[in-house]
Amino acid sequence: MNAARWRRIGGLIRKESIQILRDPSSLLIAGVLPLVLLVLFGFGVSLDANRLPIGLALEDTGAQGQRLARVFAASRFFDVRVDHDRRHFEDDLAAGHLKGIVVVARGFEARLARGDPASVQVITDGTEANTARFVENYARGAWQVWRDQRAIDAGDARPVPVALEPRFWFNPELQSRNYLVPGSIAVIMTLIGTLLTALVVAREWERGTMEALLSTPVGTVDLLAGKLVPYFGLGMAAMAMATLLATQVFGVPLRGSVGWLIVATAVFLVAALAMGLLISTLARNQFQAAQIAVISAFLPAFLLSGFVFEIDAMPPVIQAITHIVPARYFVACLQTLFLVGDIPAVLLPNLAVLTGFAGGLVVLVGLKTRQRLEG
Amino acid sequence: MTTRFENLTFRFRGAPSAALDGVSGQIAAGRVTGLVGPDGAGKTTLIRLLDGLLLAESGRIEVCGLDPRRDSRRLRERVGYMPQRFGLYEDLTVIENLRLYADLRDLPTAERRATFDRLLGFTDLARFASRRAGALSGGMKQKLGLACALLRRPRLLLLDEPSVGVDPVSRRELWRMVGDLLDDGIAVLWSTAYLDEAERCDDVILLNAGRVLFVGPPATATREIAGRSIQVRHITGNRRDLLDKALRRPEVIDGVIQGDSVRLVLAEGVAAPDAADLGGGTKARVESVPPRFEDAFMARLGGVHKSALPARAAAAPTVGNTEAVVEARDLTKRFGQFTATDRVNFTIRSGEVFGLLGPNGAGKSTTFRMMCGLLRPTSGMARVAGRDLLEAPGAARRRIGYMAQKFSLYGDLSVRRNLDFFAGVYGLSGRRRRDAQAEMIETFELTPHLDRKAGDLPLGFKQRLALSCAVMHRPSVLFLDEPTSGVDPQTRREFWAHINARVAAGVTVMVTTHFMEEAEYCDRILLVHRGRAIAVGTPDDLKARARGADRPDPTLEDAFLDLVAAETAAAA
Repeated sequence: MNAARWRRIGGLIRKESIQILRDPSSLLIAGVLPLVLLVLFGFGVSLDANRLPIGLALEDTGAQGQRLARVFAASRFFDVRVDHDRRHFEDDLAAGHLKGIVVVARGFEARLARGDPASVQVITDGTEANTARFVENYARGAWQVWRDQRAIDAGDARPVPVALEPRFWFNPELQSRNYLVPGSIAVIMTLIGTLLTALVVAREWERGTMEALLSTPVGTVDLLAGKLVPYFGLGMAAMAMATLLATQVFGVPLRGSVGWLIVATAVFLVAALAMGLLISTLARNQFQAAQIAVISAFLPAFLLSGFVFEIDAMPPVIQAITHIVPARYFVACLQTLFLVGDIPAVLLPNLAVLTGFAGGLVVLVGLKTRQRLEG
Repeated sequence: MTTRFENLTFRFRGAPSAALDGVSGQIAAGRVTGLVGPDGAGKTTLIRLLDGLLLAESGRIEVCGLDPRRDSRRLRERVGYMPQRFGLYEDLTVIENLRLYADLRDLPTAERRATFDRLLGFTDLARFASRRAGALSGGMKQKLGLACALLRRPRLLLLDEPSVGVDPVSRRELWRMVGDLLDDGIAVLWSTAYLDEAERCDDVILLNAGRVLFVGPPATATREIAGRSIQVRHITGNRRDLLDKALRRPEVIDGVIQGDSVRLVLAEGVAAPDAADLGGGTKARVESVPPRFEDAFMARLGGVHKSALPARAAAAPTVGNTEAVVEARDLTKRFGQFTATDRVNFTIRSGEVFGLLGPNGAGKSTTFRMMCGLLRPTSGMARVAGRDLLEAPGAARRRIGYMAQKFSLYGDLSVRRNLDFFAGVYGLSGRRRRDAQAEMIETFELTPHLDRKAGDLPLGFKQRLALSCAVMHRPSVLFLDEPTSGVDPQTRREFWAHINARVAAGVTVMVTTHFMEEAEYCDRILLVHRGRAIAVGTPDDLKARARGADRPDPTLEDAFLDLVAAETAAAA
């Protein structure tokens, strides 16, 4: 590379940096949007179930039913309302005020006394499948406690022969924030990398500055470097901010090393930036660029990266599609680095795929970027 | 270092016809070559081919001795190009823009200081070096764009419509600067849709619909039609009727209104018609005038499409009718601290064509929008057809027809559906709707195009359709916002023939324009500058104010410049 080329690239980088600092819209996307998303996922969205409102229909008034009611009331997972008729809860369940109904049917005490199987019915709202499953599991837990107590009362102090003692590793309290925040960082990086670059290039076409640039001796490499370098810097800065926010404000642990985090972010950012530049070779105005970027990068990063929706739970066809979403590999890296630590067995394969994406996209952009207006 | 091209053909992907079709010409060093033609003629395409931004389909091209296909890098070192909208970064300051283009064009560090000083002095921008380009006026942006294109002393300077969106004051200054460059032996290509600019060029390439109509010095073109341009002066009757009558005669091929007079171009070898025969009254005189480049252009195109002239109703009596149809009293609009329109007063009489003129940012659009009810005045009164726009905006708006600057119909709908839609918008139904639509279809001769998509119509028909949608509900006042900017002269004449026919039927017209040709059609003009009304009068009145010993026959543009300059001086 000769001196003239370095000078051109330097000029373009300087120009772009000034624009970033002076144009409120870039700073909005790179600075404010990450904040909003992080706060939203850090505070607003919680997939944890705390104090689920349920109705307990004690249609049998016997002592065992009362005892079961006390166990439910003592549970930290439930907020219990008691009535003697399940029908009184049905409307509230339909309206969503209650997340479930536990029914102790008439004859419960009598059946127990006779030694017949006595059942407790759990009715949940299937439209909120996640919550319904929580209600079911926690109700099962409460039932278990009631049974153990009953056995102790009966003088049978033997523990249950086989007991299940679950331990949740890496996120012992099962706080959804701990995996949502690293995941949302991946979405933020996708936005900055892809949307922002696609928009700023489209803006140059709209304002006619691209035509003026092309009429100077700039080459493809100069143009690409002039966009990649400043937005790479901006993306890394946003990443630093997001990481600080995650660990210091939201209390998300960072168990891996910063070095790995920088490497993973850098590789992913190159892929995202190249994707943005690729979009800009197709879109000639900001509206088009935003549409393509949202459909091809942001939505897949949101829906198919495993950040909210677990990939293992998707139908096989969709699972196959997630393999071409770069964010998927970045989400895996981030969740591992934040929650587990430096695990080369996870990081290396994911990074290898990301490097492939980054390299392939950069080459594709180089081929697709034209130095003429058409043809 | 010659620049010449032969038989250039270029077609955009998917386009039905070629953007350039067998175009040939050359650009000589030390001369200004005008690339002249209406919008869509192919001017920008040709410039892009010369700069290597597009590649020709066929034909030969040599730019500064280089082939744009093979030598694009070296070519770009020799060519300076100022695209439309000047290619500036609005977030960057004047000096930062210069530095960027100096980096891109590899201007050696040692030369920078001197070059920047020279260009900032030349463009008189030194005082604004640290101002952001986005905060410059249109004229200053244009000068900065020029400075960026001149950084490496190009051998060929390509200017794509440098005078669009720039007021006449800045336009004149740009011509002066380009004139200074020629002494260094630079070849300049100046593209423009303003035909009056062609006469200032040393050579002209006249393009229309992708083909060359004329190449050579503009005087050659006007010489060809010497003796065929006449003006009918001292008309006592209605000059719009006279123009209509004249255009229907076989010996007249072209005609426009010029203030109180009517300018006509005659067919080859015929005698001028008698002024009295045309209905000009007893005092009317026919006088021979020097031909303009526009006359030559029209003659080459074959003159006005006579078949497109609208049928006219008998002229409504306008004499003695002095009822004010549109009235503005102390009309004021403030946007925060900025006063866009400052206590403007005027009245428009029934059946009058009233023009609103002014430099960019003078407040002409703001005033116009308040008058047609699109913008609410801060204070003052706006009254249309007896209704106050503040008190009864709905009632006033029903009496208004509005035609926007840009094509504002639904391009994907057919002509018929557009008419249906606008009939619905204006609340026409049943018989009134059928009658109104039938009348529009007949008046504007839309029958053959009824089922075509509006977006696919030829320009002239697009304008007719837009006009028919604006007048379908029979408004008493018609508002036109820069109706023919960038339009070819044939279509412009056709459009004004339709407007004049509406005026003859009693409609009052208010029009904004940049275009002096169009201003000449007005009965009276209001000149706005920095939010204030600085002059009002007939075009001839305003021209008379600029008349002097050194300028016996000033143009409307001269008058405009004088009045704005006097006002600026008074303010300072």
